Amino acid sequence: MLDTFFFYAFALLTLGGGILTVTRRNAVHSAMWLIVSLAGAAGLYLLQGAEFLFAVQIVLYVGGIMVLFLFVIMLVNLDEAAKMRQFNKQWWVALACVSGVGALVAYFLRQGAGAFRLARPPQGAPILEGNTERIADVLFSEYLLPFEIASVLLLVAIVGSVLMAKRKV
Amino acid sequence: MSQYYTTTDHFVLVPALMLALFGCAVLLFEVLVFPHPRQRKWLLLFVLLGLAFAGAGVWRQQNFLASQGIEELTAFGGTLTVDGFAIFFNWIFLAASLIVTLISYRYLEVEGEHHGEYYGLILLANCGMFFLATGTDLITLFIGLELMALCFYILVGFLREDRRSNEAALKYLLLGAFSSGFLVYGFSVLYGLAGSTKLRAVADALASREPWDPVVFLALATTAVGLLFKISAVPFHMWAPDAYEGAPTTVTAYLSVGSKAASFALLLRVFLMPLGAAREVWEPLLAAVAVATMTVGNLAAVTQTNIKRLLAYSSISHAGYILLGLIAGNETGIKGVLVYILVYTFMNLGAFLVVVALRRKDLLGEDLDDLAGLVYKSPGYAILMLIFLLSLAGIPPTAGFIAKYYIFLALIETRHYVLAVIGTLYVAVAIYYYFRIVRSMFLAPLADTGPLTTSFGLRLALVVTGVLTLGIGIYPEPFLGFAQTSLAR
Repeated sequence: MLDTFFFYAFALLTLGGGILTVTRRNAVHSAMWLIVSLAGAAGLYLLQGAEFLFAVQIVLYVGGIMVLFLFVIMLVNLDEAAKMRQFNKQWWVALACVSGVGALVAYFLRQGAGAFRLARPPQGAPILEGNTERIADVLFSEYLLPFEIASVLLLVAIVGSVLMAKRKV
Repeated sequence: MSQYYTTTDHFVLVPALMLALFGCAVLLFEVLVFPHPRQRKWLLLFVLLGLAFAGAGVWRQQNFLASQGIEELTAFGGTLTVDGFAIFFNWIFLAASLIVTLISYRYLEVEGEHHGEYYGLILLANCGMFFLATGTDLITLFIGLELMALCFYILVGFLREDRRSNEAALKYLLLGAFSSGFLVYGFSVLYGLAGSTKLRAVADALASREPWDPVVFLALATTAVGLLFKISAVPFHMWAPDAYEGAPTTVTAYLSVGSKAASFALLLRVFLMPLGAAREVWEPLLAAVAVATMTVGNLAAVTQTNIKRLLAYSSISHAGYILLGLIAGNETGIKGVLVYILVYTFMNLGAFLVVVALRRKDLLGEDLDDLAGLVYKSPGYAILMLIFLLSLAGIPPTAGFIAKYYIFLALIETRHYVLAVIGTLYVAVAIYYYFRIVRSMFLAPLADTGPLTTSFGLRLALVVTGVLTLGIGIYPEPFLGFAQTSLAR
């Protein structure tokens, strides 16, 4: 019962924060609401028993990346952009897509959980060790390769940002 | 799992390892060992070495599969799978990287943005493509795609002083990131359905469901949006003309063949294996996309006066033709897709090579009028361009004809008569706009008497692509056989 209550609370934070992020005109407000949304997602991780992801989400996204976002927003002068009207006239395409997705979601809500039939977690002995150990375990065994490719990806990102930002390479 | 990194794992990973190592080596050496601009040709040597080592790795894998008589070799617990399909695509990527490297040296000097990072990024992009062709795990595929895309975002914006290049890079980055969001959402739903990120497990999970299952549809639609964006199919094509026009021409060439071939490899893997069970759902969807892609691509190309934009729209329309082969879906169709991608790589690269040669310090060389009377100035280039354009239009005896022939044959075999007729009609439109270039080259009076920007690498690349474009058309058997063996999955 308490779980359900917390789930809806965190889901509301995540979704409401997300909607406000894209509808606010002031970029600083958008960034603030994005923090709320990310914190809501962190709460959802905690409900799932993924403490490590919860901590990473708070420390990295809310603490690190969003602070950088705010710095950049305050460095760049966005007053002009905030006053501009949106100039693309494709709201009807967006409306069609949103109503399509809405119909799908409405169907899911009517059918209830039975519509999903998602995969069951593997049966067997209950998992005793904590979430952090499990993540470390799969990260360096089953997902070793993607983990290593991600390091190359980050290298490319660093090289690219230096290349774009420096006046003289 | 007792051992994390076995000999098989290493054997399968070697090409990517070589590409990544040499890519990093180029980045390091540019700063530490060869800091002087005149020493950059040594970096070129490293790139060629890296490509050669990667090619040797692929070659050994090919021989191993043939000598053992096995169809596939999996590594990292099913994360990577080397089969004929992967090897086929890896050869295409390596060939594209090699040709682009050969032509870039002189071009970047002319543009005044010659930095060693360019070559490092080419190798690392190729590394990402390797994982797209070889990966059979959702996470690996996604990260491989991002690695490739990130390299391309930077390469597209490589001319930092050029506003068009800045705009192209930003547009490509924003739209690309948005489409990646869709793709990863679809992948996450697929993971939820299967409880595993391995494509084989996903395929098993989807096979036990109804094709019209709404959850499968959700995964299918979002995955398709992400993938169709990468191959620049309509309605997700808006980035392509701007990115192609703004990027340095060598990067445009690489983007139009390398990125497209790699994205098609991913699309084929995902749509044939895990989503194959939902075929009756995606077939009409993709048919609509293919028709729209051919329509927009061909009709929009008619009015272009910028050659790079024209070739961008033409490459959009080619994506439509390749999709037709996937819609037919029988063995001829998939073979047609593979042959088409192989042929498209060489003919499209060739056409861009001629555009690269037009660029001078004082001339952008991207307008149709810049080609005027090319035959009086450099008949060799004009005739090679004619061959590439005939091939792009699909006229025998060039390779483009063979490619289109197999696609249409497969459509007729599977009774998709309407699609075949539409596709054939658009070939006529394509001939019109390709021949606008031909008319400018052969019939218009010579406008610009300045010399072409040429180099040994460019001439070599032109000869290779020209010979292959004609050769595959005249004597297609070995290439068809190559595509056939890569089908045995």
